[in-house]
Amino acid sequence: MSIIKAENIKLVYSAGTAFEKTALSDVSFEIEKGEFIGIIGHTGSGKSTLVQLLNGLLRPTEGRIYLEGKDIWEEPKKIRNVRFKVGMVFQYPEYQLFEETVYKDIAFGPGNMGLDDKETDKRVREAASFTGLREDQLDCSPFELSGGEKRRAAIAGVIAMDPDVLILDEPTAGLDPLGREALLSRIADYHKNKKNTVILVSHSMEDIAKIADRILVMSQGKNVMFDSTRNVFSKGNELEKIGLRVPQITKIMMLLKEKGIGTDTSVITVEEGLRNIVSILSDNKKG
Amino acid sequence: MVREITLGQYLPGKSVIHRLDARTKIILTIAYIVFIFLCSNFISLLVMSLFSLLVIFMTKISFMKYLKSLRMILFVIILTGVLNAFYGSGEVLWQWWELKVTTGGLINAAFVIVRISMLFMVSSVLTYTTSPTDLTDALERLMKPLSVFHVKVHEIAMMMTIALRFIPVLLEETDKIMNAQKARGADMESGNLIKRVKALIPVLIPLFVSAFRRAGDLATAMECRCYNGGKNRTRMKVLHFSLYDFAALIFCIVIFAAVIVSNIFFPLILI
Repeated sequence: MSIIKAENIKLVYSAGTAFEKTALSDVSFEIEKGEFIGIIGHTGSGKSTLVQLLNGLLRPTEGRIYLEGKDIWEEPKKIRNVRFKVGMVFQYPEYQLFEETVYKDIAFGPGNMGLDDKETDKRVREAASFTGLREDQLDCSPFELSGGEKRRAAIAGVIAMDPDVLILDEPTAGLDPLGREALLSRIADYHKNKKNTVILVSHSMEDIAKIADRILVMSQGKNVMFDSTRNVFSKGNELEKIGLRVPQITKIMMLLKEKGIGTDTSVITVEEGLRNIVSILSDNKKG
Repeated sequence: MVREITLGQYLPGKSVIHRLDARTKIILTIAYIVFIFLCSNFISLLVMSLFSLLVIFMTKISFMKYLKSLRMILFVIILTGVLNAFYGSGEVLWQWWELKVTTGGLINAAFVIVRISMLFMVSSVLTYTTSPTDLTDALERLMKPLSVFHVKVHEIAMMMTIALRFIPVLLEETDKIMNAQKARGADMESGNLIKRVKALIPVLIPLFVSAFRRAGDLATAMECRCYNGGKNRTRMKVLHFSLYDFAALIFCIVIFAAVIVSNIFFPLILI
């Protein structure tokens, strides 16, 4: 059974007024347990709206969303339970920090779930170590941390709820290259260890290529592709038509192939590309 | 949710009223408020009411909008109306214990209800037809004489402009923060009053932090563009009086004069 299933989702903002705007239409997909899904799309394509539907922050105008086979809006009063199961990290999550200490802020989610102190403590420490915060930082005020650390603390606040599905909306936006690398590998490790489902919304094709199993491509409120990462990035022309692109390394491999060098254009990460080019060079030497 | 609150009430348009200079509109609105309270008989009250209805019609904004704005103060109107009915002299119409409803009281009540409704609708004309920036600009110009007394007129006007400008930004921010906290299981929709107020802390603190951050950024950006107060500052859009404004002024003077004349010649029977 799929963990999340969306069926003919349609979402209209301010329906019935002059400001009516259809944000999503006819979106259907299924996500299996344990998958790492990437969502890509042009600005305004409905990515952020889509992920807010998955944890019940927005209610679809039409269509249904199932979590483990159960319609999440079956009992609107219990929507909070859905939000505990589907954890959501917003863009620039550091702006949501509010407590006196980092520890208390991370404990906000578990506290709302009604967990006892012992379990909360365990989860807070676990979440902090997953995101790479040091023990001594837990007693600091969140406002004393650096930008990257604040973001880790905010992400830890969601991970501490131990959600079955973790959604991250542009988690690396505004970080320096090293910070991006570090955060992404933390997320990849988290997925590997916890074996739960992760959905990553990103503008960076390189990031997505590195860690996603499958990619959902959004364009103008519709899901135009949903396929394995390699298959999606093999359709460079179609992606460019909707304002997206393939990872830079794939583009380089394509251009090299045009020049008559027999490169493999299905390459999507730099490591793969390196191996491919080295093997071509060594073949040439032998020949 | 939060987005649906309309605070800046400006409704853009091209009517004659929209095109009037903001200063004219402010002065005339204040004058109108003074004169609606000077009306002391039914004739002048009728003239003033008809006049405001004419102005409302000239704005070309649907009358429903004005009625909706009245709905916000409906309670105030009813309360003052009922209270006034018990004050006044004249024939006693109904009595219970010490409370008496008299003809004079009823007339008082009618006056108060009409006055408050008209006052509110005419002020709505001002806010509906004038953009917030024009409004603060006009206030700055009108308060300029106060700078003789070392009142920082330009600074006050600048603060008002910035405050108005950031209302939608902060509303959007509130929406975002609320969603983020809801995603962490914050419960803002249920519980008693104390619980709900407490539930606002996770929203208010990040909101304040971000407001201060924005204020700092804005100050830096303004300084980078060499902003140093109102001295020698010129404007892109200069307010200017047109023929319309003179026509409006003269028309209003005539109406207000009529009010004074009718007050003198037909003093009201009782108050």
